[in-house]
Amino acid sequence: MKLVAGVFVVLLAATHVGAASSAAVGIEKFKFTPPALTVPVGTTVTWINHDEETHTITSANGAFGSTGLGLDDTFAQTFTRPGRYEYFCALHPHMKAIVIVK
Amino acid sequence: MDRIDRRGFMECMAWAGTGLVWVATGGVLSSRVIAPAAAAEAKPGSFSFVQISDTHIGFKGQANGDSTATLQQAVDRINALQPAPAFVLHTGDQTHGQKAGAFDTVAEILKSVKTERIFYVPGEHDVFLDGGKEYLGRYGKGTVGGRGWQSFDYKGSHFVGLVNVLKYKGEGMGALGEDQIAWLENDLAPLSSSTPVVVFSHVPLWAVYPQWGWTTEDAGRALAYLRRFGSVTVLNGHIHQVLQKVEGNVSFHTAMSTAFPQPAPGSAPAPGPMKIPEADARRMIGLAEVTYVPGQHPLAVVDATLG
Repeated sequence: MKLVAGVFVVLLAATHVGAASSAAVGIEKFKFTPPALTVPVGTTVTWINHDEETHTITSANGAFGSTGLGLDDTFAQTFTRPGRYEYFCALHPHMKAIVIVK
Repeated sequence: MDRIDRRGFMECMAWAGTGLVWVATGGVLSSRVIAPAAAAEAKPGSFSFVQISDTHIGFKGQANGDSTATLQQAVDRINALQPAPAFVLHTGDQTHGQKAGAFDTVAEILKSVKTERIFYVPGEHDVFLDGGKEYLGRYGKGTVGGRGWQSFDYKGSHFVGLVNVLKYKGEGMGALGEDQIAWLENDLAPLSSSTPVVVFSHVPLWAVYPQWGWTTEDAGRALAYLRRFGSVTVLNGHIHQVLQKVEGNVSFHTAMSTAFPQPAPGSAPAPGPMKIPEADARRMIGLAEVTYVPGQHPLAVVDATLG
């Protein structure tokens, strides 16, 4: 089953939605690249899995999370509030990374 | 520690392709290549059971184009055993990432296994999406509080199935948790130290390679309750290859996957499905048969690597 890439708004804050921008994070060889991504408020970050192994994007504090992403599956998340968003892969928790929203 | 006069020992046989058997005899652990039919050597009081693991139904990739077919092959292998195994243990990762329909496929294929019963513990792939809701809905019945862990006795041996994938967060390793460890202490308390104990769980209960999450952070506390026993065998999956280690009276084994191999600890930048030539693939996936033979032999204290 092909996963549907969903765009989920973490915290609705209509007044803070900035200019639409986007950024990408790759997943390859059990690593998120870049491991630390800094983006402006309002950015939609899209992850794409280049591994055959299934991975997830799972927020450390439960704010957001994907289902299992197979090869070439993507997941997108829009960040509407500044903050440090740590996440990991729920299947391989040693895979950790962060999105910093300014 | 109690002096134990009568100890059982375990012969652990694992094969794939031409087959490999480990036999613990008189304190020495050795391996040899066998044909499956030679695995059966009925002795009074002995019995055998089979461990399968990491069937990863739903996985499709270069490492294995058809994980359903390889599970079926494993089942055919089990059904060729004489005598039939008393039961089968599935040590988790039935599904690949809880793919839709995967649990049904596993259940359908395993219906044809010629054995009395199949016992299950979950792998992280079986529970990560919904916290174990579907898995426990199917396999929680009859387990402690419906939480997936369990114990049973078979012909004088005590079997314990533990769940170490439901607290699989942040730190990158499996965990048992307070409740389960407290239950284990109570479960083992009435047993004589001469009772052979077999513990099975998905993630290894020993530190195979913590950097890849191949360990259980609080396993030491569980093992503390097991050390008084004369014969403890720990069977795990998760790492898709055969590794073994002996610590005192505790013997650890990890099983191959029926789906695809993973690299040896630290031998690659990352774990994950390993692509290997088709001709070699069948030698790196498989199942394990364990035969219990009553005897006077102390358990082997030997570290062994497989080439």
